[in-house]
Amino acid sequence: MTDQPLLKATAVHKSFGEVEVLKGIDLTVRQGQVVSLIGASGSGKTTFLRCVNLLEEHDGGEILLDGDPIGYQVSGGKRRRLSETRISAQRARIGMVFQQFNLFPHLTAGENVMLGLTKVMGKSKAEAREIAEHWLRRVGLAERRDHYPYQLSGGQQQRVAIARAVAMQPRLLLFDEVTSALDPELVAEVLGVMHALADAGMTMLLVSHEMLFVRDVSHHVVFLDKGRIAQEGPPAEVFDNPESERLRSFLGRFHGLFGKVGNGSERPTQD
Amino acid sequence: MESWMTPGSFLFEAWQSRQGLLAGLAVTLASSALSIVMATVCGLLMGIGLTFGWWWLRLLARLYVDLMRGIPVLVLILFTYYGLALFGINVAAFWAGVIALGAFATAHVAENFRGAVESVPAGQMEAAKAIGLTFPKRLWYVILPQAVRRMLPPWVNTGLEIVKGTTLLSIIGVVELLLASQQVMARNYMIIDFYLLAMVMYLIINFAIAQLGGLLERRFSYLRY
Repeated sequence: MTDQPLLKATAVHKSFGEVEVLKGIDLTVRQGQVVSLIGASGSGKTTFLRCVNLLEEHDGGEILLDGDPIGYQVSGGKRRRLSETRISAQRARIGMVFQQFNLFPHLTAGENVMLGLTKVMGKSKAEAREIAEHWLRRVGLAERRDHYPYQLSGGQQQRVAIARAVAMQPRLLLFDEVTSALDPELVAEVLGVMHALADAGMTMLLVSHEMLFVRDVSHHVVFLDKGRIAQEGPPAEVFDNPESERLRSFLGRFHGLFGKVGNGSERPTQD
Repeated sequence: MESWMTPGSFLFEAWQSRQGLLAGLAVTLASSALSIVMATVCGLLMGIGLTFGWWWLRLLARLYVDLMRGIPVLVLILFTYYGLALFGINVAAFWAGVIALGAFATAHVAENFRGAVESVPAGQMEAAKAIGLTFPKRLWYVILPQAVRRMLPPWVNTGLEIVKGTTLLSIIGVVELLLASQQVMARNYMIIDFYLLAMVMYLIINFAIAQLGGLLERRFSYLRY
């Protein structure tokens, strides 16, 4: 059972009305792995991430977290939606960081981190405060504990959001284009925190346009094209030997970027 | 000095009728406060139904809101007082007025609540879901604190409208401030003086409510984006 993948998606389908956004996604994430989804906008990567955390409900296929199906229960051949309580409990096992930070504006940085600890995990205020302080220190914001979100820079807000997600001790952390809304000079501080989490063995599934970072931090890279997986593999393989024309032209947009660092095939991978 | 307090002078007449006027003021304050409390409590509940309810609950709440917005308050007050009596339900004039005003303002509070909740960015609900909060907790700890801040200005407005609306209770014989003032005028014919006095008293009440609203808004001033 130790070989059971932490997240296993099989033939995941999702449509918005007439538009089929996901046309059968198979994806496996193992404990301690960092898996990145890349692809043009509209390729379905964010939708897939949102299906994993039940912010969208997939219409076909299944997503298993530690072997449990997410969002649905199949009984007697029929898919039944899980109760609100069960869904909330599943969500609590998966952390998510958003493009727009989504910190709670009426709570301080510390209170943002504490909310889930006290109201979902049922920890005491004192214990939650301790955990919040620990994680705010880890993201380098210990002295901002009592600041409200509007008093923080974008990069600081995003680091608080990461602390809020990781403090819940999730089995899996989802990152949805978390640096896309940041000023360029603030991107590095957020990527630095994510890198440290990956080094600490956190299991992460991320959608990102930061190709250098993706290449550097991922064990497995998945290229999505029009709702399907067009190519996947270790980063060196995906970035250096793009098989499809679509991936080549997609990576071509980042070409200047890779020119500067060579072809980087020495990057360590776990697969 | 002497002449100010001689019979026939305004101050003398006002002093003479102080008991009636103060009683009227008390009725105005009581009916306002009761209507505001009723509208706030019922309006919040209906607003939750209007925003998050099952389709049939949303439909019912929507019907209620549109109905109340389309009926003049005075008609509503008269209907509550006389109309219900026809069905054998006897309601004291004071309570008929409070219920009608409260029912009217409930629609406003419900609609304001819906607007306020829907103006909270969708990402807030998603972030609250992502940390595993259940629906009631998402509402209580994340959405409501932000919605309430947005609701304050229109809520204060509703309060002011209710205070002014209590004057309509005079039509069904509730001796509130306006009718009490008119009763004084019927004795001394000092019409301008006592309408002015009534105006000043209404102004003071509403000024106090507006101040209270301002105080609350400052209390929530940290809520910025």
